[in-house]
Amino acid sequence: MSRVFGDRKTILILLLPTLTIYVMLKVIPVAWSLGLSFFQGNTLRGFEFVGIENFQTFLSDDAALNSVWVSVFFAVVVTAAQVTFGYLLALLYVFVLRKGSAFVRTAVFFPMVLPTVAVSLLFKSLIAVGENQGPVNDAINAFGGESVEFLASTSGTMTIAIVMTLWSSMGFYAVLLYTGLLDIPEEVVESARMDGATGPRLVGYIIIPLSLPILLSSIIFSLNATLKVFDSLLALNNGGPGTTTAPLTLYMYRTAFEYAEYGYGSTIALALTLLCLVFTLVVFRPSSKRVED
Amino acid sequence: MNIRTRRRTVAVASTLLVSSLTLAACSGGDDSGSGSDGGSDNGSDAGTSIGTDADSFEVLTANENPTLREQLDALAANQCSAENEALPLEHRTIAQGDTVQQITLLASQGALPSHFIAGTDQVRPTGDLGGGDLVLDYEEAFTEAGVWENILPAASSTVESVYGQMVSLPYQYNLEGFWYNKEILAELGLEEPQSYDELVDAADAAAEAGYIPIAQSGADGWPLTRLMGLYIFRNVGPEAMAAVRDGEASLTDPEYVAGAQALQDLALNGALGDGFISRTGDQATAALLSGQALMKYDGTWLLSAVNDAERNEVGEDNIGFMPFPDVSGGQGSADQYPANAGAAMAINPETYGPLTADWFACIAENYGEQALNEAGVLSGFAINGEVGDIPPATADIQERISSIDETVLWFEALLDSESNSLASTNVSLLTNGDMTAEEYMSQLQESIDSNR
Repeated sequence: MSRVFGDRKTILILLLPTLTIYVMLKVIPVAWSLGLSFFQGNTLRGFEFVGIENFQTFLSDDAALNSVWVSVFFAVVVTAAQVTFGYLLALLYVFVLRKGSAFVRTAVFFPMVLPTVAVSLLFKSLIAVGENQGPVNDAINAFGGESVEFLASTSGTMTIAIVMTLWSSMGFYAVLLYTGLLDIPEEVVESARMDGATGPRLVGYIIIPLSLPILLSSIIFSLNATLKVFDSLLALNNGGPGTTTAPLTLYMYRTAFEYAEYGYGSTIALALTLLCLVFTLVVFRPSSKRVED
Repeated sequence: MNIRTRRRTVAVASTLLVSSLTLAACSGGDDSGSGSDGGSDNGSDAGTSIGTDADSFEVLTANENPTLREQLDALAANQCSAENEALPLEHRTIAQGDTVQQITLLASQGALPSHFIAGTDQVRPTGDLGGGDLVLDYEEAFTEAGVWENILPAASSTVESVYGQMVSLPYQYNLEGFWYNKEILAELGLEEPQSYDELVDAADAAAEAGYIPIAQSGADGWPLTRLMGLYIFRNVGPEAMAAVRDGEASLTDPEYVAGAQALQDLALNGALGDGFISRTGDQATAALLSGQALMKYDGTWLLSAVNDAERNEVGEDNIGFMPFPDVSGGQGSADQYPANAGAAMAINPETYGPLTADWFACIAENYGEQALNEAGVLSGFAINGEVGDIPPATADIQERISSIDETVLWFEALLDSESNSLASTNVSLLTNGDMTAEEYMSQLQESIDSNR
């Protein structure tokens, strides 16, 4: 086996097809998009070099800055919530339910396999008001409250979007973290218990430090997925009311494809990429230092 | 350990970076050359801009519009069978929401079909297609072929005022107004409202009696801006939005802001019913046709639902149609119906060869009768031939169309695509009270100015 991998030619033959596809489908379009951010126009009208004008526009564009805020807010809140809930669920699986956790794991994971648009429609009908009122408002009425049109307000839409995302994705993080917890050697936990560490102290001093790598990976997965949120906010309320819940991805899509401004659309894409990079680095830097210590 | 960790960090970071860049790649689109190299220059020198026939008569329509495809198929099988034999009809479809993107791509590759749906803004003289000779202004070609008189004058004037040139075939000709439930109106002891104030009173009475006064679909945005736009047209006059386009008036002028204020008042006073912001178009139609709502402002495309006994539970005789009423002291009048001719269906000059021209001539001569007889659709084509029994509502609309001498457009018709989208997305903020009428109008005016 080592001889096979020692042969440069073999390595090249094995890698070339994948590498070619990868370069053609990812690297070239990305570079192309990067270049486009210095132009204005579209494929039909032609492109005109405008230097950094698109970037200046971006910085003074209220709609774009609001979209950055929506993306960051959504990413931070949802990541904090889904990793926390996922971790609590994982602890529940390992320490409380133990071997009997299979059913709960499956049940909580199940929404993950549903398409986001279907989940959005489901939640829309749950919170509907008016002629076809949904159960949420029925419940509010039953307790004597007035029906609430959640999708009529920014905070309402955001809340529903967050709850919806949590419902559908915390099962995934629970399973991911669960596998991390299973890797913690039983003897370590046992000896900690013998030393008197139980409950919160056991979790705080033993479990969390030992599952830190997988926890950090979850946070990075989650941040990158939620920074790029698109379908759920689009399907739920089309980024509305107004454009107050339109994330950067939706603004990019509208700019590039609805208004046919490919150059500015690429600029927004670049901003999004940088945002993802910054978040990843912020999470990675302290973590790598800690591992080195 | 140190080096390994760092290397791993770099590897993971670059994987993540690449996966996050995937999105950036999406927006890059496909640039296959720039400018109008995909276009045709045949138009300028050939007079009637005769191009070269393609292998088939390819028609690109919206998924959402099966009626058009069915009627063209029917023509291909009957009245236009000779044309179809010479140049077979072939359908292609796209989602209406993707129109601008797809057409931009096809046009830049020189791959536009013979006949295609396009974005309103694209086919105007200032648009990417209309400005680049990529769509045929068919008046001359149709006149030469002797079929121009098949385009109804009302329709051609509407097409002209929406698109600035004759670049869209009027497969539909729609008026807009209030559809209302006659029974409920009688039950409330009211007559058809003749002024905006009477309309508001009727709405209040309906709300008190437990009906949805005006069932509009806020989820779509435009059903709400229509109400505001019509108030402005009645208040300022039929040229209201053209004046804004030409920079002679601003949406922040008090008479325009009054329109936004009127809509906000309607909404906040409950005239649009509970939950109207998330109400969909189908739900709104169902509310009217099941007798839950007094009124719905909509186009005459609603006829197919009104005439459908299964959907219309209150009976076709109980649904009436009336124009958006006068606003007291306003310059406009209720006789100026808003009219449109459906989504733009343009002709590709490059493939407008003799056989394709025959196809279009056949469509112009026969579509009007075919669509009315088979689908109950009122089009902007003349009706040449016998028409069977028409349902009363359709006959009523047909009579109105024939008596119209002046129409208005809709609120967003002359706006650029970005402002257009802003108008309908922001309207939910206006109607829930988060935005004042002044704020709504000034944001919109800002967008119009920056896209000028």
